[in-house]
Amino acid sequence: MPEAAESASAPQETATGRVTLRKAVVVGGNRIPFARTGGAYTKSSNQDMLTAALDGLIARFGLQEERIGEVAAGAVLKHSRDFNLTREAVLGSALSPETPAYDLQQACATGLETVLGLANKIKLGQIDSAIAGGVDSASDAPIAVSEGLREILLDLNRAKSLPERLKVLSRLRPKDLAPDAPNTGEPRTGLSMGEHQALTTAQWKISREAQDELAFNSHHNLAAAYERGFFDDLVTPYRGLSRDSNLRPDTSMEKLATLNPVFGKSLGAEATMTAGNSTPLTDGASTVLLGTEEWADARGLPKLAVVVDGEAAAVDFVHGKDGLLMAPVFAVPRLLARNGLSFEDIDFFEVHEAFAGTVLSTLAAWEDEEFGRNRLGLDGALGKIDRAKLNVNGSSLAAGHPFAATGGRIVATLAKMLHENGPVDGRPARGLISICAAGGQGVVAILEAYSAPEGR
Amino acid sequence: MTDKYTQFVSQGIGKDLAKKLGLPQPAVLRRYKAGEPLAPGPVLLLGNGNASGADELAAALLGWGLDVRRNALPKEKLGAIIVVLDDVEHPDDLGGPVLTAAQSLRDLVPCARVVTISRTSASAASPAVAAGRQGVDGLLRSLAKELRAGATANGILLGGSAGTTSPSTLGALRFFLSGRSAFVDGQFLTVTTGAGQLPADADKPLNGKVAVVTGAARGIGAAIARTLYRDGARLVVVDIPAAGDHLAAVANEVHGTALQLDITAENAGKRIIDHAMERHGGLDIVIHNAGITRDRLLANMDESRWNSVIGVNIASQLRINEALLESKRFSKAPRIVSVASTSGIAGNRGQTNYAASKGGVIGMVRATAPLLAEGGGSINAVAPGFIETDMTARIPFATREVARRLNSLQQGGQPGDVAEAIAFLASDAAAGISGEVLRVCGQNLVGA
Repeated sequence: MPEAAESASAPQETATGRVTLRKAVVVGGNRIPFARTGGAYTKSSNQDMLTAALDGLIARFGLQEERIGEVAAGAVLKHSRDFNLTREAVLGSALSPETPAYDLQQACATGLETVLGLANKIKLGQIDSAIAGGVDSASDAPIAVSEGLREILLDLNRAKSLPERLKVLSRLRPKDLAPDAPNTGEPRTGLSMGEHQALTTAQWKISREAQDELAFNSHHNLAAAYERGFFDDLVTPYRGLSRDSNLRPDTSMEKLATLNPVFGKSLGAEATMTAGNSTPLTDGASTVLLGTEEWADARGLPKLAVVVDGEAAAVDFVHGKDGLLMAPVFAVPRLLARNGLSFEDIDFFEVHEAFAGTVLSTLAAWEDEEFGRNRLGLDGALGKIDRAKLNVNGSSLAAGHPFAATGGRIVATLAKMLHENGPVDGRPARGLISICAAGGQGVVAILEAYSAPEGR
Repeated sequence: MTDKYTQFVSQGIGKDLAKKLGLPQPAVLRRYKAGEPLAPGPVLLLGNGNASGADELAAALLGWGLDVRRNALPKEKLGAIIVVLDDVEHPDDLGGPVLTAAQSLRDLVPCARVVTISRTSASAASPAVAAGRQGVDGLLRSLAKELRAGATANGILLGGSAGTTSPSTLGALRFFLSGRSAFVDGQFLTVTTGAGQLPADADKPLNGKVAVVTGAARGIGAAIARTLYRDGARLVVVDIPAAGDHLAAVANEVHGTALQLDITAENAGKRIIDHAMERHGGLDIVIHNAGITRDRLLANMDESRWNSVIGVNIASQLRINEALLESKRFSKAPRIVSVASTSGIAGNRGQTNYAASKGGVIGMVRATAPLLAEGGGSINAVAPGFIETDMTARIPFATREVARRLNSLQQGGQPGDVAEAIAFLASDAAAGISGEVLRVCGQNLVGA
């Protein structure tokens, strides 16, 4: 391992003499199959799905009645009543009710951020075990009353007498009764995520064919992984579904080519983004079990990978300086530099496929000399990713993307891939995760296959 | 638990009505609950004078806290009658103890037990001895059909070096006396060696053992997992990945680990032992329960129905056993129990493939027993009859009602009844019993 990373992972003592930097090990994961919105999980709440994913994890690793250090999860589309979503899911699960939990929300990066936050607590010696997770339902999305009605209802509650109440009610207008449903539009631009990406896709001149090819590979890679049983210890069926319902194992370039564009239709350039090369709205939940080496050993649990480091970035998409989903373009070079790594040192790239255009725009930016010099502050391009190392077991285009659940899906999948791969040139296999998020944000992370220290 | 008809005719109007109309009156069976007495009343122990092993046995029974009688008291209700016939050398020897027992049959409480202990006819030295011993077989099976009110009759056969107080004789006796054998009726268990060990805690006979149960997501498999857990075992529950949600629920209930695995996979045996070793540090008990049905008359049978049933129900067990026995990490004295079926013994219309696979299980068990004998291991099969499961609930009403009543107990068994027999055979108390097939069928009246 390069020097920078080595010094970062060496144990250090605090003033009180306590060793505070330890390895955060990925033990394994569990998710429920992801379902297209309006499908198998239409009647399932976020709490139902998160509890199911937790219970599958508990069953896989025999954690019944176990007090876990902390559980963190979140949802992007969240009901106001779910203020304590994760804790409620823990209470409904087979874990010890003495397990604390908190909710976290960072749009589509929620799942990965829970992993990083909890891994940091483990590294710091605050906890020995943790479960990170995420869940989202676009089917069971919250619908709020309009702002007008909300103000009237609150005033009504404050009104003391009947005349006062009648006066408040007299303000009610028919338009106030229209509900306020959530959408994926950016509050500051009014544009949907797809429309934002369409701008970026056009800016980087990503072809329709390249996007369709990425979607095709995602479906075929995911289907092949299911076929060889790769997900047998990563997925637990739920509500009659045992594979992701968005998966189309028999899709072809010809079929993808027949789909009409759905985003960027107003652009002058030819519109390229279709339902085939964009992720659909999806319902699902995922969890990841983390722990120290000692905690895993004491329970005979596997040690698949270690969480090496993570980095967040954000871009100014509001003024059009960068595309909405391009933050990982900036986060990755910072993360690699801090760890003294380059693309050559990475064996698996997990770039979340919000849209095929997002992945390809990101890769194009990293390959661009001028962008590298002007925007990333490098001598030239960051580098080119070997496409044979990209999303080798499929990603969101095939599996679907229940916003907060995607991070957990990727971390558990990558950890197993790293573990199965074995060492590369005498060093542990290494993987890079890149996830873009609404609000112009992005979170990226490095995982490394677990290898026992000398003498263990 | 108990079916609606049985509930109806067990009390009040229903009871009177059934009696007047001569309808079957199935009893609500006595089933095992931790801490309950072994027998529901005093135990009458009968035998031919001093030559038999009855005296030694009486001492053991007293040690269990049973109220033992060597002679029946007038009008005293009895919980069980044990007839020791290990010294029978001629059919003439049967009459004495059997006719003595006959006088007490009307004093048996509901769900009482009759247990015979005799020697196997195969080991008889002369035709007369063999005739006497084999006579017990017909006698016992007929008596089982005469008993009412949930009472059962079962026999223990002593073969080889086994005696009346061998650990597995006592283990089998405890099993037959207790509520664990509620749906076992008219059956024999053969004890062949003096091996075995009675548990330190009778309510936790599997303490410290690691057990694998295949097909554990639902039905009989889930009941087996629950029963082994109750008896103290640590569990690995296995089922196909598509049944993973039910499997996870079972695993969480029994504080075990869930292994989503298709048992027909080439490396299934290795994956099972890897998982058990890594997570639980050992593997002592394997319960081959996973099975499927793909019913068709043989004339309409296709290759896929035939092959999938053979593949899941028997070929996978053979392959997994082979891998386990080759592995140095598997227990030296394992307990293996396979789920067979009465279809595999007596046959069943529309189930040629299933019966072939279950007959295969019985063959495998008999042939594997000698391979395990040296290390002190054992392998047995349990053959369920009509059991109330999701699978039998799908049988059309009339057919189901007939199938359910056509046994001496006039009712279907519960998944837990099969599980109890398996838990007993998986315990060290049953180490002297191997290569046996125990039917849990309430003594089916048709077929074997």
